Amino acid sequence: MPPVLAICGFFLLCGIVLILRGQNAFEFYKIIFLSGFSNFDEFGSVLFNATPLIFTGLSVAIGYKAGLFNIGCEGQLYVAAFAAAWVGINFNLPSVLMIPLCLCAALLAGAIWGGIPGILKAKFGAHEVINTIMMNFIALAITNLLVTSVYREPGQMIPHTSPISKSAHLPRLADALFFIPDSNLLNASFIIASISVILCYVLLKYTRWGYELRLVGNAPDVAEYGGINPRVVTVWVMALSGAIAGLAGVADVMGYRYRFADSFSSGWGFTGIAVALLGKNHPFGVFAAALLFGLLNKVALDIELFLNVPRGLFLVGQGLLIIWLVCQEGLTKRKT
Amino acid sequence: MILDIIPSTLRMTTPLGYAALGGIYSERSGIINLALEGMMLIGAYGYVIGAHASGSAWIGLTVGVALGVTMALLHAMATITFHADQIVTGIAINILALGITEYLIPSTERVPGLPDFGLPIIGSFSILVYFLPILMIGSHVFIYKTPWGLRLRAAGESTEALKTLSLSRAKWQYLGVIVSGAFAGLGGCFLVSDVHIFTKGIIGGRGYVALAAVIFGNWRPLYGVAACLFFGFASSLDLIDLWNIPDQLIKILPYILTMVVLAGLVGRSRPPAALGKMKS
Repeated sequence: MPPVLAICGFFLLCGIVLILRGQNAFEFYKIIFLSGFSNFDEFGSVLFNATPLIFTGLSVAIGYKAGLFNIGCEGQLYVAAFAAAWVGINFNLPSVLMIPLCLCAALLAGAIWGGIPGILKAKFGAHEVINTIMMNFIALAITNLLVTSVYREPGQMIPHTSPISKSAHLPRLADALFFIPDSNLLNASFIIASISVILCYVLLKYTRWGYELRLVGNAPDVAEYGGINPRVVTVWVMALSGAIAGLAGVADVMGYRYRFADSFSSGWGFTGIAVALLGKNHPFGVFAAALLFGLLNKVALDIELFLNVPRGLFLVGQGLLIIWLVCQEGLTKRKT
Repeated sequence: MILDIIPSTLRMTTPLGYAALGGIYSERSGIINLALEGMMLIGAYGYVIGAHASGSAWIGLTVGVALGVTMALLHAMATITFHADQIVTGIAINILALGITEYLIPSTERVPGLPDFGLPIIGSFSILVYFLPILMIGSHVFIYKTPWGLRLRAAGESTEALKTLSLSRAKWQYLGVIVSGAFAGLGGCFLVSDVHIFTKGIIGGRGYVALAAVIFGNWRPLYGVAACLFFGFASSLDLIDLWNIPDQLIKILPYILTMVVLAGLVGRSRPPAALGKMKS
């Protein structure tokens, strides 16, 4: 229950801040509710905002289950997004081939970017936290270099690539569902995210790999004694974690912008850590937590617009929420 | 052209150097500090608030350092008293610091800078530039030549060593983290006092580069600042279009080198033995 308590505390805190500002806290809650749930259009936007966070949250959670800390989601999603965009620009095949091809490119790029820190950890014992942070900066710099030089759309000042082929676009859900208006941005990447959640759940719970992963996370010595090589697990888990984070880049490139744009992610990789933590590193928990953060990201704009409350309030709340949760976790661990 | 590199290197090195020294204190005491970025940001923010309200750079500096220490206290309380995960807490503090600067947006007017002192030929620099080597040597002496430094290191090398002397490990860890907040805050103050204006992205990942310098410098003050000097030099190279290498590639050099050193491919970087450990 601690996560639910923490969320309640978070909203309460926001309300108190509003009152201290001399504003109507009730208005604040009303806007959050209306802007999130008043109709399918609004709710679709919440899901759209949640999609990249589902991927990054899952990525962090999978790593965490194996005792690995993937802080490199941000870098992984950038290289994956660029890989998807590169394939999308340079090929023009029918959608049936094009979409899987772009997805594979992104998964591969993400897996490589996550796998390198995994290999460094397995082979040299180098801590994955530092290496994933370093890889973040490297990914940002390299994609920035590519998109401001060779791959910048000709004749454009904005650092983004040419658009990807139409056949690589992920379909909007509005095309299939009559009750969602055409302007809604929700697209098939949300379906991919939902499938990923289920696949991760099955992987963790019902497969041998999932068992090995959890064992390495909980008791590496036992795992080794039982004939599992923790180094091998470290490498594939980091690669898998990177691949999943990469899909967050896909959601942007193939589902929203239809091109790679410089610094397109608004800190999804880092929010993913909060999402995983709040979701207790359980795939379904991650899904729920991502919806919450998707809602917050969406309503932050409305709050700023209608109540003149700067978005920073949510960041402050998010920071305190995380600290609260880890303190609580630390305390329970200390008692046992 | 070549002469421009020296002042630029010093300006780039100074904020990194303060943050790296801070990081060394914290990590030497056994507490992982990923919050350097946030502590620098809040330091810079405090400087602007203080300097703008009072018109005095020194008040700005005081407020900046005080806010850095406050953030550090939060980190220390969560990680040492509540045994919270040090990595997650560090990241949360970075988010929190960013949130504070975005919620109570400081004035965007020019604020006074700290006094400059001139050097022949290469130009004049903020007093904090000259203070860095003093602090570096002071830190070296403190950590390696005093009994207090020995205790600080003992806190980072073993979870039990201080207990056997009936000393409190937590106390020394608090000290390490708080010093890191003060120093990182100083680094942030320097950045604002140098450009006189606060912007959201003013730290721009320098906290993480400083952390890289800590590792690169093997958790030692002299080597750590030397690493910052090297990183600062590397990021100043874009002033001379050296063989037309793009900026971005020069920028990633420190990161790649850190990964190489951490992997032990060249030399070996050894973290304090009990870094990040709360129980034996």
